[in-house]
Amino acid sequence: MTSALTRIGAALLASSILVSAASAETVRWARASDALTLDPHSQNQGVTHNFAHHIYETLVDRDVEGNLQPRLATEWAVSEEDPTVWVFTLRQGVTFHDGAEFTAEDVVFSLDRARSEKSNMRQLHVDVESVTAVDDHTVEVKMAGPSPLYPNNLTNTFIMDKTWSEANDVVEVQDYAAGEDNYAVRNTNGTGPYVLTSREVDVRSVLTLNENHWAEEAPAVTEIIYLPIAENATRIAALLSGEVDIVQDVPVQDVERLSSTDGIKVETGPENRVIYFGYKFGEEPLASSNITDRNPFNDPLVREAMHLAIDRDAIQRVVMRGQSIPTGVANPPFVAGWTEELNAYSAPDLERARELLAEAGYPDGFTVTLDTPNNRYVNDEAISQAVVGMLGQIGIQVTLASRPVAQHSPLVTSNQTDFYLLGWGVPTFDSAYVFNDLIHTKDGSYGAYNGGLYSNPELDEMIQSLGTEVDTAVRDATVAEIWATVQEDRVLLPIHNQVLAYAMRDDITLAVHPENQPMLTTVTFGE
Amino acid sequence: MLAFILRRLAQSVIVMLVVALIAFMVFRYVGDPIASMVGVDTRLEDQEIMRDRLGLNDPFYVQFGRFIGNAVRGEFGISYRLQQPVSQLILERLPATIELAFASALIALVFGVGLGVFTALKRGSWLSGFIMSASLVGVSLPTFLIGIGLIYIFAVELQWLPSFGRGQTVDLGFWRTGLLTESGLRSLILPAITLSLFQLTLIMRLVRAEMLEVMRTEYIRFARARGLSQRAIHFGHALKNTLVPVITITGLQLGSVIAFAIVTETVFQWPGVGSLFINSVQVVDVPVMAAYLMFIALVFVVINLLVDILYYVVDPRLRVDAAGGAK
Repeated sequence: MTSALTRIGAALLASSILVSAASAETVRWARASDALTLDPHSQNQGVTHNFAHHIYETLVDRDVEGNLQPRLATEWAVSEEDPTVWVFTLRQGVTFHDGAEFTAEDVVFSLDRARSEKSNMRQLHVDVESVTAVDDHTVEVKMAGPSPLYPNNLTNTFIMDKTWSEANDVVEVQDYAAGEDNYAVRNTNGTGPYVLTSREVDVRSVLTLNENHWAEEAPAVTEIIYLPIAENATRIAALLSGEVDIVQDVPVQDVERLSSTDGIKVETGPENRVIYFGYKFGEEPLASSNITDRNPFNDPLVREAMHLAIDRDAIQRVVMRGQSIPTGVANPPFVAGWTEELNAYSAPDLERARELLAEAGYPDGFTVTLDTPNNRYVNDEAISQAVVGMLGQIGIQVTLASRPVAQHSPLVTSNQTDFYLLGWGVPTFDSAYVFNDLIHTKDGSYGAYNGGLYSNPELDEMIQSLGTEVDTAVRDATVAEIWATVQEDRVLLPIHNQVLAYAMRDDITLAVHPENQPMLTTVTFGE
Repeated sequence: MLAFILRRLAQSVIVMLVVALIAFMVFRYVGDPIASMVGVDTRLEDQEIMRDRLGLNDPFYVQFGRFIGNAVRGEFGISYRLQQPVSQLILERLPATIELAFASALIALVFGVGLGVFTALKRGSWLSGFIMSASLVGVSLPTFLIGIGLIYIFAVELQWLPSFGRGQTVDLGFWRTGLLTESGLRSLILPAITLSLFQLTLIMRLVRAEMLEVMRTEYIRFARARGLSQRAIHFGHALKNTLVPVITITGLQLGSVIAFAIVTETVFQWPGVGSLFINSVQVVDVPVMAAYLMFIALVFVVINLLVDILYYVVDPRLRVDAAGGAK
């Protein structure tokens, strides 16, 4: 066995040396799925954005620490005259792949396109009233009210060339109902560091270096071959056999084995996504419970008992094989408003949990159905199974109902579930995003994923004030206050933050990106 | 003959309609396509707007009518996932699946018939015994495991063959083929073997059983008595008479090879219609799923029709019966 391993190692080493000698700059990058479309405003989806970031560029960008970085905008600030206006100063000397110059007109066009009715990026720009070009390199965005965090919403809104879009009839975003596809779905013209040279959907895409890119330092990778490989085992085999260089979606169970394989290394890091359980609030009895006269979850004692019954460290150790970061708050560490204190969680205390349940009037526990997705988050179904066992120990008998995310997600948004698992990513890196969708009473555009119909008018008021508060100190205090109430009320039952793992040839370095959108421009070669 | 074909055609149309209804019903209610189209972060009001635009709020019969109307014209709409016309997506992927299916059918036929004849003639030998037991492994192991096993041995350990994809392809305009390049042919080997194993075993066992049967018949003994050479008896008389059921099975199996290449295509990331289908199922891409099911139904219906007609041509007894009935 050892000799076999050595042989593979030697072969891998040989092949990697061969590759780096021949063309050190080409990187074969494998993921589980392909970008859905090349139209930058038609899908608000991570894989699609990740691919697009190499071809198109945004005004501002986020680095691996989660901080905003200048990209096509060099500076941005709230206007001195009007607190509802954001002023963006654009980078000069930038050209699109077809040679056209990048100007303020293109930004106005792209932001308008991104907030048009058919765009999937629209929700990030709902507060925008108008976008105007002040001069060739300055753009003003007028908001409905003060919006101190608007630049956070721009990290995935790509800038297209106005002239190109008009010439190719792609001023409007691809419409599903229209019955034909749009030129921009298959063709690109961005300002980004790479140019798309060939693409076969779901098979392979080739990106080559844009020699005219504005960045001072050219990236080490001059050619990217992007290879979607859906099957986990095949994707890993392709890395082991030296047919790909970087595998972005590594299953947790393979992390350890790959780390100990010669010639391959694994980079891990936290993802900006928290996994939690939600339950039904309100007086109405639960649909799936044997308690038919009241709702056990509505009793704070029951929620506290469940909190104490969950062994988060055991889930991390057994279910996640160490690849997760247990947490006591439904807010990833990258997000403004996160603190150590919030993150702390108590050790499981089954005795106390049973006492609390008895005190609440359920000495024999109760039954309930837990709805879980089985293809959306890392080991989602296994996490739910573990929780079923843990709650069983304090007498809460849980029936597990497992579905693909396409069927699970509507249950949560239409509130047809009593108890559910969900994961929440925070693209704006601000707590308000969590509050708006998960904590605020379900009302209009608020509370879309408040699956348990939690409602606290005092919190609602505070949450709404966050949208327009310009004084950061006041705002931070409000955020902290909301979190304190959310934690005390046990509105959600957080489990852990997801961890991402990238596996690669061991002479390559690529850091894990908190939104799982690594840029291959950041790849470096050599030990 | 004409009446026979017309009757068969009418039956085929009914089959297609039923499949269309089932395809439409299952896929329409299998999950919320909007949920998968827009991702978790899209606001509900925007989802409602989209649902309206796609006509998903219309009554069932209106949606089904629209579906059939479009299907007849070969239009299955735009893929929710890839935003390209579905018919175009399927046509782009079809060459990959067909090349894989035919390569594996060829392997299954050549080795299946060869080994079947061998094991029938050399019934007692240890090699026959070995082949028969090995073939049991072939049918009892799931395709998935066989594929992963082959990848592990030939791609990871030995590094002889690629583990995924189709290699370099040549675009002939209407057909993107992998048969003209070395890497394309090398990429074809593992998936074709994986896909062929089950059919190979089936054909081999069928040929063996038929051969054993035929070898016992009077006319073979008579041929022996006439002093014909072994070769002429085995291949000229015996094998020829075993081939009718073999052709039927192979024909029908070709349909299922195309239809059920899904697992093999997934394991080897083979860019055919099967992997297109799997990727679509995961996100409830209704137009692609419905079109795929219709396409597979069509393949089966056409193959069945052809096999029936072939029977009619090959087997004189059927013709006599039909003629008798007409009188």
